[in-house]
Amino acid sequence: MPQRVAIVGIGQTRHTSRRPDVNDGELINEAVSAALADAQLTMKDIETVIIGNMEFFEGHHLNDAMLVDYTGARGKSGFKMNTGGTVGTMNVISGWYNVASGLFDTCLVIGWEKHDEAPTTSCITTITDPAIDRPYAVGALSGLAIISMNYMTRTGCKVEHAAMVRAQASENASRNPNAHVRDRLSVEDILKARMVVYPLNLYFLCPTSVGACATVLASEVKANKITKKPVWIKDHVTVHSDYSGALFTFPGETRETSHMVAGRKLFQRNHITKPIREIQVFEMYDPCAFVQMSWLEDFGICGEGEGWRLVEKGVTAREGEFPVCPSGGVLCTNAIGDSGTLRVAEAALQIRGDAGEHQVTRDVKTALASGYGGSYWTDLLLLSKTLD
Amino acid sequence: MPQRVGIVAVAQTKYEAAKPRQHLSDLVLEVTDKILEETGISLIDDVDSVVSCSQDHWDGRTISSMPIPDVTGSHLRDESKVAGDGAYAVLYGMMHILSGHHDIVLVVSHCSESQTDGRIIENCAIDHIYHRMLGLDFLSCAAMQANRYMHKYGISREQCAKVVVKNRGNAKNNPYAQAPAKLSLEDVLNSSMLAFPITALDAKPASDGACAILLAKEDKAKKLTDKPVWIKGVGNCYDAHFLGDRDLSACDSLVSASKRAYEMASITNPGKEIDLVEMSEMFSYQELLWMEGLGFCDRGEGGHLIDSGTTQMEGNLPVNPSGGLLSGVPVTVAGMSRVAEAALQLQGKCGDRQVPEAKIAIAHGTAGVCGQMHCVLVLEKGGK
Repeated sequence: MPQRVAIVGIGQTRHTSRRPDVNDGELINEAVSAALADAQLTMKDIETVIIGNMEFFEGHHLNDAMLVDYTGARGKSGFKMNTGGTVGTMNVISGWYNVASGLFDTCLVIGWEKHDEAPTTSCITTITDPAIDRPYAVGALSGLAIISMNYMTRTGCKVEHAAMVRAQASENASRNPNAHVRDRLSVEDILKARMVVYPLNLYFLCPTSVGACATVLASEVKANKITKKPVWIKDHVTVHSDYSGALFTFPGETRETSHMVAGRKLFQRNHITKPIREIQVFEMYDPCAFVQMSWLEDFGICGEGEGWRLVEKGVTAREGEFPVCPSGGVLCTNAIGDSGTLRVAEAALQIRGDAGEHQVTRDVKTALASGYGGSYWTDLLLLSKTLD
Repeated sequence: MPQRVGIVAVAQTKYEAAKPRQHLSDLVLEVTDKILEETGISLIDDVDSVVSCSQDHWDGRTISSMPIPDVTGSHLRDESKVAGDGAYAVLYGMMHILSGHHDIVLVVSHCSESQTDGRIIENCAIDHIYHRMLGLDFLSCAAMQANRYMHKYGISREQCAKVVVKNRGNAKNNPYAQAPAKLSLEDVLNSSMLAFPITALDAKPASDGACAILLAKEDKAKKLTDKPVWIKGVGNCYDAHFLGDRDLSACDSLVSASKRAYEMASITNPGKEIDLVEMSEMFSYQELLWMEGLGFCDRGEGGHLIDSGTTQMEGNLPVNPSGGLLSGVPVTVAGMSRVAEAALQLQGKCGDRQVPEAKIAIAHGTAGVCGQMHCVLVLEKGGK
């Protein structure tokens, strides 16, 4: 029988650019131990373990099997997901399927990445087709630059708006002890940074981080026994695009991205007509400053061309009416396989009221978390304080 | 009563030592096309989600599912990848349906082993701090396991060679098999030694190919085919990674996985209730050891089981009527192809390799060094 699924435990490591003091497994174990402690459970209570990351960043094949002593999966069920940038959110979705299917009642979900082990952009470059475009691909940078230019051209957004997004993220991250880049930056500081790929300067891009995040999922019956503050995963949508991607829209073509499809589906299915009012916080996978504004529009939070205006008005600030990434988001912390899991975890912490210094000022009943990756791939999850 | 999950249709490419004329997308397109042709479904109107299974290391491409949406109709639709053995992708697809989130799921898997040297990839799956620099790969570790298992229980090289002769012989009836052959025990024993006691013929050859399976919720499965195959039970389990932490003469995680699968399928006496097994044996000794893990004989009795003829085509419990992995199936695709072959048997579509009156079958997938993780599926014949 299908079961309803809640997040009952959350744990994460601090995030930083290098962790020479731990190996991959030890890093993961920090998050696993924290999540189990948060749920007041031990590994004995866990039935299945779902883990995911992008193998090339550390160079381990079948790392789910290799790291069982650290994940706790020895003697348990479980398997590994890998869907690229969305893998962190996909881990949670996979955990949801494990429990919702009725096959298991408790699931440990782990997302992690240790970017200090290998050059990140070289690894990302291999997502391209070896025969067609690998010789001239540059990781994720070129795609994000194209999306950013496209957004500015379409909507009149200025570089200064991206700097506002980044300044807001830095303000949020400075309050989050687990975030990676926590410097408080002004719009002027940000605009002065060195250019990487026009229009993206160093501060407009996410860092490469080291970190892990784990969550414990449980079925309805178990969840209510484990915690007084379960966070329900009400619904989720996955949308992938073909390899040619949805980066380009030619004049006269209607723009249709995976984010647009995912937002429409999720809101329709859950009878959400005014997401900006009915949802109180959004932990978005925002790998560069421009996309945060563009994707608010794509997800259907606001109309086309309104994203940068919301930022200008302070709506998306931590104290605003629709806070986006109060944790500092991917802009300040990005260990890829962990980033998506962390978005869900941070959104859940906001619902629980346990986000500490970076807790939003509004009362949070419903939250969104998104994942992004591949050639415009999307995961979108709807979390709720209550079951109805 | 919860709805069961049914296998509606399966498709495989012919497995070959190399498929240089086909891009990885082409492999998946070939099997997806076969599914569409057989069932008449539309990828856009009928399929709710796609689950794929492939490995970044084998494809030399981070996000190895990148070429999948193009050929499975998942542009702006649901697709996700399990990075393990194909049997796990079938399990994940089953969860998609049991959760009530989706009704019809297409599961696909591809691998082109010919494009790289598998030993380097397998070495990357070995613990990187203590053991990787020793140069271990799955063959050298399997040789240690074979020695331990054979020494402890007095299993002979001839008994292992019998598995090869049986499976490669069975493959002659399988049009998808890569390397059907009429072999003698001497052929196997005298073929070149890879790592004692494993000879070239004791090991799975490198292979290229793809597999697809269409899963559906009970009511939809019944509408799509009059020969549905129900997934009655599933179980999966991890063992320890370090070989020193395991008893290599046993396969504890397979014991747990099969126990869970049998419990779910209400099977109490597997030897009597099950009609055939399609398993993932990368090396000949593994078929004997896995049969113990699956509970078809006591520990150490795998050798007697092959001697008794029970697992031959004409025996009571044919194992690998398709020819198994020893006849050539790529890793990753391996477990999914076992599910496909077992389902074909239950649908009565196996031609010359058909096991008569097959009603319940086991499909088995494994991944990791010396069978570290196992996935067991119990399948049941549906329809009239």
